[in-house]
Amino acid sequence: MSWIKDIENPKSRLWEEFYRNRWQHDKVVRSTHGVNCTGGCSWNIYVKNGIVTWEMQALDYPKLEPGLPLYEPRGCQRGIVFSWYIYSPVRIKYPYMRGVLMDYWHEARAKHTDPVEAWASIVEDEEKRGKYQTARGKGGFRRASWDECLELIAASMIYTAKRYGPDRVIGFSPIPAMSMLSYAGGSRFLQLFGGVLLSFYDLYADFPPASPETWGEKTDVAESADWFNSKYIVTAGSNLNMTRTPDAHFVVEARHHGAKLVVLSPDFSQVSKHADWWIPVNAGMDGALWMAVNHVILKEFYVDRQVPYFVNYLKRYSDAPFLVELEKAGDSFLAGRFLRASDLGRYKGVENGDWKFLVFDRTSSEARMPQGTIGFRWQTEKGRWNLQLKDGLDGSDIDPELSLLERRDDVLLVNFMDFGGDRAFERGIPVRYVETDKGKKPVATVFDLLMAQFGVPRGLEGGYPASYDDEEIACTPAWQEKFTGVGRNTIVQLAREFAVTAEKTQGKCTIIVGSGVNHWYHSNLHYRAGITALILCGCVGVNGGGLNTYTGQEKLTPAASWSTLAMALDWTRPPRLQNGPSFHYVHSDQWRYEKAFPDYHPPSGPFAREHFIDLQAAAVRMGWLPFYPQFNRNPLELMGEAEAAGARTEQEIAGWIVEQLLSGKLRFSIEDPDAPENWPRVWIIWRANALHSSAKGHEYFLRHYLGTHSNAIADEVAQECVHDVQWRETPAQGKLDLVVDLNFRMDTSALYSDVILASASWYEKNDLNTTDLHSYIHPLGAAVPPCWESRTDWDIFRGLAEKTSDLAKRHFPTPFREIVMTPLLHDTPDEIAQPEVKDWSKGECEAMPGSTMPHLKVVERDYVNLFHRFNSLGPGIKEHGVEDHGVEIPVGELYEEFAKTVPAYEWHGAKYPSLVDAVNAANAVLFFAPETNGEVSYRGFREKERQVGLPLADLAEGQRGVRYDFSQLVQQPRRILTSPCWSGIVNDGRAYSGFVMNVERLVPWRTLTGRQHLYLDHEAYRAFGESLPTFKPRISVERTLNVVKSPAVPHSLVLACITPHGKWHIHSTYYDDLRMLTLSRGVEPFWLNDKDASEIGVQDNEWIEAYNDNGVIVTRAVVSARIPRGLCIFYHAPERTISFPKSPVRNRQRGGGTNSVTRMRLKPVLIAGGYAQHSYRFNDYGPPASDRDTYVLVRKLEGRPQWE
Amino acid sequence: MNVRAQVSMVFHLDKCIGCHTCSLACKNLWTDRPGTEYMWWNNVETKPGTGYPTLYEDQDQYHGGWVMEDGELRLRLGSRVTELVNISFNPRLPTLDDYYEPWTYRYKDLIEARPGSDQPVAKPISMITGEEMEIEAGPNWDDDLSGSPVYAANDPNLRRVMNEEERRQFFEMQQLVYFYLPRICNHCLNPSCVAACPAGAIYKRGEDGIVLVSQEKCQGWRMCVSGCPYKKVYFNWNSGKAEKCILCYPRLETGQVPACMHSCVGKIRYLGVMLYDADRIHETASKPDRELVEAQRELILDPFDPEVIRAARRDGMDDKVIHAAQQSPVYKYVKVWRLALPLHPEWRTLPMLFYVPPLLPVTATLSQQGRYELDTDFFSSLETARMPVRYMASLFTAGDEEMVMAVYRKLLAGRIFKRAQTVGDIPMDHALRALEEAHSDPQEVEDIYYLTALAGFEERFVIPPMLREVAIEMGVDPHEFQEERGAGFVEFPKRGL
Repeated sequence: MSWIKDIENPKSRLWEEFYRNRWQHDKVVRSTHGVNCTGGCSWNIYVKNGIVTWEMQALDYPKLEPGLPLYEPRGCQRGIVFSWYIYSPVRIKYPYMRGVLMDYWHEARAKHTDPVEAWASIVEDEEKRGKYQTARGKGGFRRASWDECLELIAASMIYTAKRYGPDRVIGFSPIPAMSMLSYAGGSRFLQLFGGVLLSFYDLYADFPPASPETWGEKTDVAESADWFNSKYIVTAGSNLNMTRTPDAHFVVEARHHGAKLVVLSPDFSQVSKHADWWIPVNAGMDGALWMAVNHVILKEFYVDRQVPYFVNYLKRYSDAPFLVELEKAGDSFLAGRFLRASDLGRYKGVENGDWKFLVFDRTSSEARMPQGTIGFRWQTEKGRWNLQLKDGLDGSDIDPELSLLERRDDVLLVNFMDFGGDRAFERGIPVRYVETDKGKKPVATVFDLLMAQFGVPRGLEGGYPASYDDEEIACTPAWQEKFTGVGRNTIVQLAREFAVTAEKTQGKCTIIVGSGVNHWYHSNLHYRAGITALILCGCVGVNGGGLNTYTGQEKLTPAASWSTLAMALDWTRPPRLQNGPSFHYVHSDQWRYEKAFPDYHPPSGPFAREHFIDLQAAAVRMGWLPFYPQFNRNPLELMGEAEAAGARTEQEIAGWIVEQLLSGKLRFSIEDPDAPENWPRVWIIWRANALHSSAKGHEYFLRHYLGTHSNAIADEVAQECVHDVQWRETPAQGKLDLVVDLNFRMDTSALYSDVILASASWYEKNDLNTTDLHSYIHPLGAAVPPCWESRTDWDIFRGLAEKTSDLAKRHFPTPFREIVMTPLLHDTPDEIAQPEVKDWSKGECEAMPGSTMPHLKVVERDYVNLFHRFNSLGPGIKEHGVEDHGVEIPVGELYEEFAKTVPAYEWHGAKYPSLVDAVNAANAVLFFAPETNGEVSYRGFREKERQVGLPLADLAEGQRGVRYDFSQLVQQPRRILTSPCWSGIVNDGRAYSGFVMNVERLVPWRTLTGRQHLYLDHEAYRAFGESLPTFKPRISVERTLNVVKSPAVPHSLVLACITPHGKWHIHSTYYDDLRMLTLSRGVEPFWLNDKDASEIGVQDNEWIEAYNDNGVIVTRAVVSARIPRGLCIFYHAPERTISFPKSPVRNRQRGGGTNSVTRMRLKPVLIAGGYAQHSYRFNDYGPPASDRDTYVLVRKLEGRPQWE
Repeated sequence: MNVRAQVSMVFHLDKCIGCHTCSLACKNLWTDRPGTEYMWWNNVETKPGTGYPTLYEDQDQYHGGWVMEDGELRLRLGSRVTELVNISFNPRLPTLDDYYEPWTYRYKDLIEARPGSDQPVAKPISMITGEEMEIEAGPNWDDDLSGSPVYAANDPNLRRVMNEEERRQFFEMQQLVYFYLPRICNHCLNPSCVAACPAGAIYKRGEDGIVLVSQEKCQGWRMCVSGCPYKKVYFNWNSGKAEKCILCYPRLETGQVPACMHSCVGKIRYLGVMLYDADRIHETASKPDRELVEAQRELILDPFDPEVIRAARRDGMDDKVIHAAQQSPVYKYVKVWRLALPLHPEWRTLPMLFYVPPLLPVTATLSQQGRYELDTDFFSSLETARMPVRYMASLFTAGDEEMVMAVYRKLLAGRIFKRAQTVGDIPMDHALRALEEAHSDPQEVEDIYYLTALAGFEERFVIPPMLREVAIEMGVDPHEFQEERGAGFVEFPKRGL
């Protein structure tokens, strides 16, 4: 044909050079994006003439075992537009300070030669303080010099330490895994100073509490390649296409390998497109569906017939055979505590007898004490903490009974709650009577309690349903319909297919779950209901099986060595680590806007309090949760007074503090949070959007932290139900003296901060990155140097350290001691501290630091040498080794080896491995981590063998010679090694899957019984009816107090407002990127059902207001049939800086973002502490800041949008 | 027989996750210059939906592609003669509204805002005028059923195959569905853009079949924009020239995959060379609607056939290209397995980009109490899939439903077979029966499974060697070129001639 053109006339095709020239570039550098997307994708960054032009995915991940699809290319629509930011008009090129503050500072510095005095002259002047606080968020930034900014910040910190204590200086940076050295720069600096680090995983409500509840582990999940090994995949609240974009293909490919995909999602979400079955379960009601699935599984696979694989799994790997005492309550019984070895004559006097538990042995027909429970973990004799079914007393074999039905002594009626139907049931349970030192006691197995809880009829008396079609009685397939909207036949078929697949494949069924389920107030229950199905079918700890929850890039793989560096444990310990939710709930005064919840005050017992704040305070007093500031007085002063009173040793000093507390001369800050001496004062934010996307209850942050404008109109209603904590009539507004933000773009947090420090972007620095979703470690790399005046986070904190040391010469010329209060910790002997709940402040027990109350530790600080300490890897790592997940690995000899091969930093006549450059720090992390140094892994396994008493080191034998360093990672991402700190086995390209080591090598879970927990016997769980998996529906609009004062105008609707993760941004990052805004609708729209929209007269793309008592959003509507009625979706965390007009309903103030309509709620059971898996660890445990149970009024915007 | 090579593509829609990474890879590389902002050489559409530019599939409006008139293949736009008469008036052009007015924001206001009484905000402004604007359209406006009553409900294909009641039911939860359709230039064998160009500026490269608009020769008539039924040629308002997808020839020429394909994280894309008989293009494009797909398959030659190989060598084709054609994953999907189909073959441009249609969830019913009960199929099935076959047929086979069903039977039989093999809750004899009904066998579905699920980069993309030294030699000795290395000033194409 005439249009085919060969190269016969080459001149006519010379123009083709035009596009060839555009493609040409000068170099390609490997980097990635530090953005908490969980992607951790390796990218190639293209540079031309010294300018970053674009990025493309790297394609060189080492392969996994044959038969698995490849990872690459990994990277999504968001990552591929990052380069836009670098030279964009939102780029922060220089440090900035708000003009009002800058004028005060210049003025003060002219008067005072000492910067600390200059700072005092500003913050101690209420008028000045008020003026720069109210100017926050309202423009007026001026370019500043690095020197003056660093000086002002260092001065404010020194001032705060002197006046109030270093525990009033706080720092927030989330998700170290995404750029772990950038995180570590700030955390190392703060911990050397004595400041407080706030957690993030629980603050985001990404942390799934059901995971520690069940497994004693914050989260341990399969890498995405393992999805391909699954044969039945249920996704629940996890929109893989949207949020697991680079890995969604594994599920799609698994379908072609014969897997079925079932999607649970209220809307026809993007992943629903790939489903075989899309099940539109009502939002926040997932638990009910799983309760009914479990009913069917138990009925058909445990009663009608038995599956040997399931039964054997349950006996060995779960707490199902363990014995629970039944307690008399009125005419019937309640399920009580696990029966303990110390209760029985046979086991009298065994060490930790309160912490060893019993099963009913079929052979001896007696209660017996299997190994592996937590008492064995912390006893003197090591090597019996394993899952062999042997008696811990004499090593005899045990054959545990799951059910006592056949060999029962009696059937007793036990009381169960149906929280969905708000009614109680009594159901017959087979029991045995056991002779204890308190007399004869009825006991039942967890399995039999479970059968009753799920209402599975076995011919026993009581409120059991007649059939699946019984709509009244929990937990039948018919019962769940009214909550979920899903028909019973679908549930029955789902349960059968799920269990049959597990039976045929020995457990290859997985539930992939995410924030769609996890952000609800009762998320732990939704999760536990699903987890129960997985345990019943033997799916956990199996490749292709298990609960795979992905919510945030929480997995920092080389945690053992990294935490040493990041928390400055090589110089000083313990660090000050605070759970974010409690901190913000208290300090941003959100507690003041909350009333008592009905389930906040169970009828009796230690949890019978009306308001969460009182429980929170009790949790701090009893050492369950951390809280900073610690006391209503400066810890430096306290130290001085203790010493003056003659206390010298740590024990004497702690004793003196206890006396002060008992006499009431000293109080915990939590007990009077609005008193000025208890406020946090200086906040440093980096790698975060802490005032916006991380700020659940954003409008309260603006009011109480910043002291600036706020759109909240809710009344403060807590007073009448708060009893222990001090209520102050006038709430504190503007608690923070200084807010500092390190940023490369002008996001909402930067806009509201006092000082902005220009930081290098992800293509301008060297760093490390890991994720749950794959098993590699790979770098961020500097394709170009930090642009304009920006600096890397590591260097910014080094600069701040230098300035601090400089100012300290006058204010803290010599080393000094102070007191650090820390809670009882998981994976330490603390977790067997409190067999019962007793409050020393009520005189129920003695006040004993580290046992009935928090630890009180004496710590030495050296501000003058803080900068030197920052720069050098200190001797603490030699002395203490590294630790993660309770595995302590000695590395003293390796330290010498390392020191010989790396640059040295010398001060005061001693040489240390240098940490001056972030790459030095990266190499230290890589060298001392079991995941990147085979010898460290081997030594760790030897240590773990000692604890467990079974061979394990063979897993690391073949990898002892492996040493990764930074330069290798730059060449190619490297696969992590099998590690004693994690539970997957990844040798020979095997895909990582959580808890495989527990199942295959009989390593106990880090729980009370060492098994997976279906039953939680802590008093809190019994008080709130959550010992067994149960269902509690989402919180009703009335109980949220969301729309009490907000006007319900004509043509408005109250809708449940959910905020899942969106397509065009990762949280707030990329939202302001023009490419993303172009492919969406130029603004984050509000998704409404078409019929709901028509009811309020809203058409597609019209402007709407969505508001409640917390705040208001003004945006455009998207009207879509894929959204169910009664629900609206506002995808998570758009910046309120882009295209948000003013709100007529809220006094013509600027509309806010997703968190403007939220207020956080903390769940009481999750504060429990000092009790096995219910023990605190930073980011690993504690009450999440849930915000999903939110409602808004939606109406059409009046008139045209107003911008000014 | 005139044997030619065409670099050709398959998009496996079942795997598409709708992420648009492809679109952005392309945008970064090629179209963020002034004049190209609104161009998306690669875009991803939600189906049902109205697409970009809006309703481009409605050829009653746009008159793109070819039609058979009186037994003759003619441009729907009219002959060149009428074109030249109407040269200053082209009513078939999409307007800026049909695309969208590109916008940006006053971002600088955030950093530079003076002290005020409320939080500053970056307002949207037009990229064309610089004035404040209301954003009313975008290149992906109906993403994921955005505005479904306004957009999806007006999908021309949906309107063609469903009556009003059926369309209404389609937007109820029991049946509701969508999928994604990524689109680039089809690098057609019978390109109507080329035929429509009065300046002769568009050509199809002999060595690889890539269709290009010469930035030297283009005179800005925009007949190509109208002529292309897929609306994949765009007018650069800055340079005054038409531009379109170049299949990343600078990357292909250096053995690299086009950017959109490299970046495809759903791994839906395949690229390889196919041999075809250029003598039969006209004849093939002139077949009746229902015969077009089969005729196009016929046009594609078997690269293992000794006669084809002889003819290819005779026509000057290098053995390395023939070898690449034998390894082509595209050839397998299109010709051997017959799973990949062209988009809107009835437009008769013989598009050389093929689609494997998506499997979609099964339908549900609502019980009397309003409870949602799913149909009981284990997997997605032909009978109960949410999107009716007739819709797919209107996209991919000019209405031939049987041809679409044949594809689905094979895709489903493959899954059933793998289930029987790896789990066993579906009996193997049932799986074998399904294979038989799909006219397939275990070996074939294993091969399909491998390429669909496991194949790596090198197997999904088989790029023929471009023999650049031969191409360059036509103009300058490669040794001289090596010494000069293309040194010189880069110039943008100049407006006008």
